[in-house]
Amino acid sequence: MNENIIITEDLTKKFGSFTACDKISFSVKKGEIFGFLGANGAGKTTAIRMLCGLLLPTSGKASIGGYDIYKDTEKIKLNIGYMSQKFSLYEDLTVKENIEFYAGIYRLSTKEIKERSKLLISELGLERSADSLIRSLPLGWRQKLAFSVAVIHSPKIVFLDEPTGGVDPVTRRQFWDLIYKAADDGISVLVTTHYMDEAEYCGRISMMVDGKIAAMGTPAELKSSYNVGSMYEVFLHLARGKNE
Amino acid sequence: MRTIFFIVRKEFRQVFRNRSMLPMIFVMPIIQLLILANATTFEIKNVNFGVLDLDRSPLSTRLASKFEASPHFTRTDYPQSQKDAEEGILKDRSKLTIVIPKNFERDLIKENKAEVQFLINAIDGGAAGIIAAYSQSIVRDFNIDEGMNLINVITPVQSSTVQVSYLHWYNPELDYITFMVPGILVLLVTFIGMFLSSMSVVKEKEIGTIEQINVTPIKKYEFIIGKLTPFFIIALFELTFGLFIAKLIFDIPFNGSLTLIFFFAAVYLVAVLSVGLVISTFADTQQQAMFISWFILVIFLLMSGLFTPIQSMPMWAQRITWFNPIAYFIDAMRMVLLKGSGFSDISKHFLIMTIYSTVVTAYAVFRYKKVN
Repeated sequence: MNENIIITEDLTKKFGSFTACDKISFSVKKGEIFGFLGANGAGKTTAIRMLCGLLLPTSGKASIGGYDIYKDTEKIKLNIGYMSQKFSLYEDLTVKENIEFYAGIYRLSTKEIKERSKLLISELGLERSADSLIRSLPLGWRQKLAFSVAVIHSPKIVFLDEPTGGVDPVTRRQFWDLIYKAADDGISVLVTTHYMDEAEYCGRISMMVDGKIAAMGTPAELKSSYNVGSMYEVFLHLARGKNE
Repeated sequence: MRTIFFIVRKEFRQVFRNRSMLPMIFVMPIIQLLILANATTFEIKNVNFGVLDLDRSPLSTRLASKFEASPHFTRTDYPQSQKDAEEGILKDRSKLTIVIPKNFERDLIKENKAEVQFLINAIDGGAAGIIAAYSQSIVRDFNIDEGMNLINVITPVQSSTVQVSYLHWYNPELDYITFMVPGILVLLVTFIGMFLSSMSVVKEKEIGTIEQINVTPIKKYEFIIGKLTPFFIIALFELTFGLFIAKLIFDIPFNGSLTLIFFFAAVYLVAVLSVGLVISTFADTQQQAMFISWFILVIFLLMSGLFTPIQSMPMWAQRITWFNPIAYFIDAMRMVLLKGSGFSDISKHFLIMTIYSTVVTAYAVFRYKKVN
């Protein structure tokens, strides 16, 4: 269980003179839920996009599941799942068709596609909506489905970029149940969020301020080291430190 | 291969889920063929004309009635003075006004020579040229009829003892529908294909699904082929349907091999669809993609030789048409359908289109980037 799925070393991304990610180093273990916290524009999304192979780093090293992010991008892609801020399912396709499509391009066999889509639909309780268009589903359901589709190929790690934006608290809780279940199955989870209550759900957290990792540790460690009662206060502490 | 199948199936589902798609595929060709084929003609009929007869002699009356008898002309204006005649053109009462001067008959009989003036509205230069040509031929007839070969029109008509007769090959009745329909069919498949393909990638950019695609192990060529195939099939179907209507309604001759037409269309479509995909990789929104493809299509269309012959364009413009795929397909279509040309006759077209589609498709694959 101590196998490191992600290892980054001084990972940096510059857009012109602006440094979005500044020498980020961290590692994520198998089955761990690792949270990226920070204000908007702190560099969370940039970091995730580099690790997913959507963005080429300016400098630094990183490997995912033992594959180098510069050399083995296509091998990495078979082993990761990704769910972005933007909506990632096709609204003009049905629930079933979306599942089939993504399962298909992740090279699952016809038999596997059939089994997994059946399982997934029953787990999410979507039996009655299996043939309705995504467009007609409420946002919370879509987000849960998008997550399940992102892990349909049992990747080593799944990247979630603000997956719960705009979702009500109850659905958010249900969403986190899905995340825990995936982690139990041995899938590492790297999740970005700016909801401080969600930070408490993570195994370990890295606080990002201005492209740098300002603090890292378990929620309990972070709270005790700043001597405060909640992640929100940890965040305020760090953000204030930046302004002084 | 399997990945391509999944992409193609998804694209097809999306295309046909769009409710406006089916009517577009079936209704558009019918409307385009029925309206365009009948409307685009270079023949001039029912030209409004007036006569200012200052001579009022039997001969001048006969010249005027010669025009009245022509199916191309309708007399609508009866000016009483030169000023009146010019006003008739200005106010659009007539496109052509014939001014027969005083002493027309006397000069013609005495001196074997007389002049008439044609005032022609030349805002549409092409039509004016045709009106002038029609008028001259009527005057020529008049000369022969009257047994005096000596009326001089402003542009002198040379009377000649050599009779020229014409034999029009491949389109014996100079039927514009026969000439236009193969070209309109080309436009049809080009528009459908290019618009659909230029919207396809950019649509995924707009909704954000392209990111999701880019983190999957889809290979670049698989994505491009997967995107091209459905539009390729739809466009070929469109061509079949269009040819069927062309035969059924207009009785367009199929003198050459249809297999050859489809073979050529296949190569051509790869080029056109790839141009659409390249546009799609450049554009950030569907609106941009639409504008760019419209811009390119209008240039391709107006320089295709469908409306104006390429041979009459200036040399630099002719060179531009070498890069115009529409021009090659229209030419090949007319040659094969109307002339019955075989593969060897259009092998140069084939070669150029093959190079064209290879280059553009490769560029589309290159342009589509999974990593920024």
